[in-house]
Amino acid sequence: MTGRSRRDDTEDGQPLLEVRDLKVHFPTADGLVKAVDGVSFKIHRGETLGVVGESGSGKSVTFLTVMGLIGSRTARFEGEVIFKGRDLLKLPVEEMRHIRGKEMGMVFQDPMTSLHPMYRVGYQIAEAVLAHEATTKKAAWKLALNLLGKVGIPKPEEAARRYPHEFSGGMRQRAMIAMSLVLNPDLLIADEPTTALDVTVQAQILDLIDRLRTEFNAAVVIITHDLGVVAEHCDRIQVMYAGRIVETGMGRDLFYRGRHPYTWGLLQSIPRLDAGQSQRLLPIKGLPPSLIFVPPGCAFHPRCPYVMDVCRTEVPVLEPAGGPHMAACHLPMETQERIFAETVLQPT
Amino acid sequence: MGRYIARRLLWVLLVVILVTFLTFLIFFVIPPVDPAILFAGRAPSQRLIEEVRVSLGLNHSFWVQYALFLKRIFLGDQYGWPGFGLSFVTRSPIRENFLTRAFVTFQLAIGAAVVWLILGIFIGIVSALKRGRWQDRASMGFALFGVSAPVFWLGLMGLYIFWEKLHWLPGTGYIPFGESPSQWFLHFLLPWIVLALLFAAFYARMVRGSLLEAFGQDWMRTARAKGLSENKVVYKHALRASLTPVVSLFGADLGTLLGGAIITETVFNLPGLGTYVVRSVQNGDLPVIMDVVVFASLAVALMSLVADILYAFLDPRVRFS
Amino acid sequence: MTTQTSQPSAPHRKAGVTPLLKVSGARKYFPVTRGIIFQRRVGDVKAVDDVDLEVYPGETVGLVGETGCGKTTLARVITKLHETTAGKLEFDGEDYTRYSRRQMRPLRRQMQIIFQDPYASLNPRKTVGSIIGDPYRIHSVVPKDQIKTSVQGLMERVGLNPEHYNRYPHEFSGGQRQRVGVARALALTPRLIVCDEPVSALDVSIQAQILNLLEDLQREFNLTYLFIAHDLSVVRHVSDRIVVMYLGKVAEIAPQADLYRDPKHPYTGTLLSAVPIPDPDLARARQRIILQGDVPSPIDPPKGCRFHPRCPKAQFPICATEEPQLRELAPGHAAACHFPLTGPGDLVARPLPGAEAQGPG
Repeated sequence: MTGRSRRDDTEDGQPLLEVRDLKVHFPTADGLVKAVDGVSFKIHRGETLGVVGESGSGKSVTFLTVMGLIGSRTARFEGEVIFKGRDLLKLPVEEMRHIRGKEMGMVFQDPMTSLHPMYRVGYQIAEAVLAHEATTKKAAWKLALNLLGKVGIPKPEEAARRYPHEFSGGMRQRAMIAMSLVLNPDLLIADEPTTALDVTVQAQILDLIDRLRTEFNAAVVIITHDLGVVAEHCDRIQVMYAGRIVETGMGRDLFYRGRHPYTWGLLQSIPRLDAGQSQRLLPIKGLPPSLIFVPPGCAFHPRCPYVMDVCRTEVPVLEPAGGPHMAACHLPMETQERIFAETVLQPT
Repeated sequence: MGRYIARRLLWVLLVVILVTFLTFLIFFVIPPVDPAILFAGRAPSQRLIEEVRVSLGLNHSFWVQYALFLKRIFLGDQYGWPGFGLSFVTRSPIRENFLTRAFVTFQLAIGAAVVWLILGIFIGIVSALKRGRWQDRASMGFALFGVSAPVFWLGLMGLYIFWEKLHWLPGTGYIPFGESPSQWFLHFLLPWIVLALLFAAFYARMVRGSLLEAFGQDWMRTARAKGLSENKVVYKHALRASLTPVVSLFGADLGTLLGGAIITETVFNLPGLGTYVVRSVQNGDLPVIMDVVVFASLAVALMSLVADILYAFLDPRVRFS
Repeated sequence: MTTQTSQPSAPHRKAGVTPLLKVSGARKYFPVTRGIIFQRRVGDVKAVDDVDLEVYPGETVGLVGETGCGKTTLARVITKLHETTAGKLEFDGEDYTRYSRRQMRPLRRQMQIIFQDPYASLNPRKTVGSIIGDPYRIHSVVPKDQIKTSVQGLMERVGLNPEHYNRYPHEFSGGQRQRVGVARALALTPRLIVCDEPVSALDVSIQAQILNLLEDLQREFNLTYLFIAHDLSVVRHVSDRIVVMYLGKVAEIAPQADLYRDPKHPYTGTLLSAVPIPDPDLARARQRIILQGDVPSPIDPPKGCRFHPRCPKAQFPICATEEPQLRELAPGHAAACHFPLTGPGDLVARPLPGAEAQGPG
């Protein structure tokens, strides 16, 4: 397939995507919205990264920036987004366009509105091909059919001739996935891909993404607020709050050895199928912060049950704990482990 | 789709009948002037008036007159099908005059339509793309002007500036294309522009609004995420979605104009259906009035139907509801 | 839950206790019309198709299901926001199925609803004080000069600052708006509150706050809840008993613990299997049953058991021809299935047309 030759760009061991101290600020009438405020991470080929956070955490804006979908007129950028050796933030618009859709693809949350209502589904997929490859319409259409089959849509020849409103939400999301994978990108970003879908359909779609990831050898980012989804489908997870990463690590690190109070808060506040029913939920007190008036020091400190004086003044940085597990918290590691063991760990 | 069209055509029929009935009723109950008296000439005797009344068919009851009217419309009269009847005023068949005048109105309407579509859509696109900047403000300023300025004022101002003062244009009136293409064009130019200005302004605002709404849609983000060029994103995706309201409105607007652009025709002295019907109302020439009313309501109803079909063609969601 | 005529004793029917809410044979059909001049009814969207339900005082009954299952329509029918096509509705023994609006009024003081969308269910032109106070005004329960203090009391109870009495909905966050909705529902101290997806639109950390609030209020005001949601984890957390719906019919009813430990209906089994669990090891060890296909449309539901085209345990011809009735299989636990699951390990998908076990298809 086309695109494979570009894989020679990065050596093994070099990350596919490296984001360094990314800041995305939106000047608005009310003030400067610091949607992303100093985010750094890496993604390697073939891995699945889960990005967890609530609304206002900056998780979507981060990856919209990676895709180049936030105009330079609406936001101010700082930092670097290095994809296969090139800093995307410094690329001219036209060059970025060639990467977008071809070397990286994105799937969005609401399948009901993400497809153009007046063009046939097959056409919309073929359009992605024709935008990047000098090929015939017929060949592009065939490729579209191929992908529709791969994402599990029955009778692709017929389906491709249909319009989006003739499909269910699950089918539309499959079509979106087909569209984002048709040119065999190295990176697939899925922004809340199943939030708007029924739970059985959600399972189908996530299962599909798992399979396709191996088949296409792509790195996958799943952005979600659902901790269950990242536990089941992601190798690594990073938790974002108020535009910063507060904790990152392998799945087991976060769920069994979590070190940030926000992560604990999330784990304690969600109802779980595997927990005893009588267990009372422990919500995180307070409200998510304004991104214009971000609390000084640690952004989480007004809601943190373990807040110390230093938290109000100094911004914590991601401290490694051995291996890929890092947390941005002033609490000493022993305290973090103790608190986790005592309060968060579910009695099984 | 066939079912849909059949249903719409039935409605068209119903609407036309209803409109004509009401019009007939109005003129029957409150005639502006008794045509018999008008036609009978100077100082007519009572007997003469009565004779004229009979000859014009005015001695029958309302229902009979209306039935006769319907009969001639649907079945034709001695001058052909559809039956246009005889004018009370000229006592001659309406047909020829009507068709000639309809053609003039047609040329006026179509020409203006082309101008306003091109102008309106173009300005709307520019406005939406340059939202908030001077092009947008200038365009919307123009739109405000076009919507507010009365057509007759625009026409008279235009004539004053371009005819009287600058002598660029040859003046009012209608020159058929066959007689002199250049004169035909120059005589129609100002009427087209003046008539189009109002609609262009309206359409510019609508296209702008529609486009801005389209820009906020999720599928725009998908289009960009695919890596489509900005041109494709705007013209193939956004514009395509924005055109449907334009189509709907266009059908109604064009249909209305085809029934007579009264003010424009009057200002520019064009012998179209507009001036025809005004004169007939003043003279109480009921057959003419009825003919124009039938024609106008048919025009609007049918053009709306065409617009709706076109809409369904553009937007597949409508097709399958 | 089951009608007296043909079924064995209803699950958990408490001796001598009148259900606070009793739904019998409820149907709600929305007509589908075609025609040129006169619209002819050619079919129906059978949104709710013969549902029996009992809610006893003081308990929380969870109503769960996916798109098209009819749970929201059922909520609307119960609160008379839609009229039933057929069936009987009883509140504390009183048959209100055919009540007019005027007759419903006194009943509405006892039965309230909290809606899903905190952004759409509050009138943006009214202050929250007036929104919460409306029930007082409409039902003339509290003298006019005391309305404001009552409302502020309610606001405090649900965790809102009473000084924000004169603020407008758009000045509040989603979670706070939902609290306004709760306060409004509480104003008349109803006995039953229907909660229609009250936390679905909220952030995770706010969800917990609202769920706890609802829990506390239930204890304090002795409320009964009918809690509708699509999130199984949430439903399980709040409910005493759970009703699972599929395509307009009840698939299974059971006490909360039984449903999750020992589901009897294959649909419930697959539903549970599909919910992601925030525990990586547990998730990996789990057996996943991935259903194929989408939920069919309620306009033309499958013949026989509605779930049979996607059911890993369907057996032909019976599942495709005969509609299973709701039968009690264990105390308080009923399912509508010809071949209910026999145990936790029973739901291993056999390769059948239309079904798929874990793994690529």
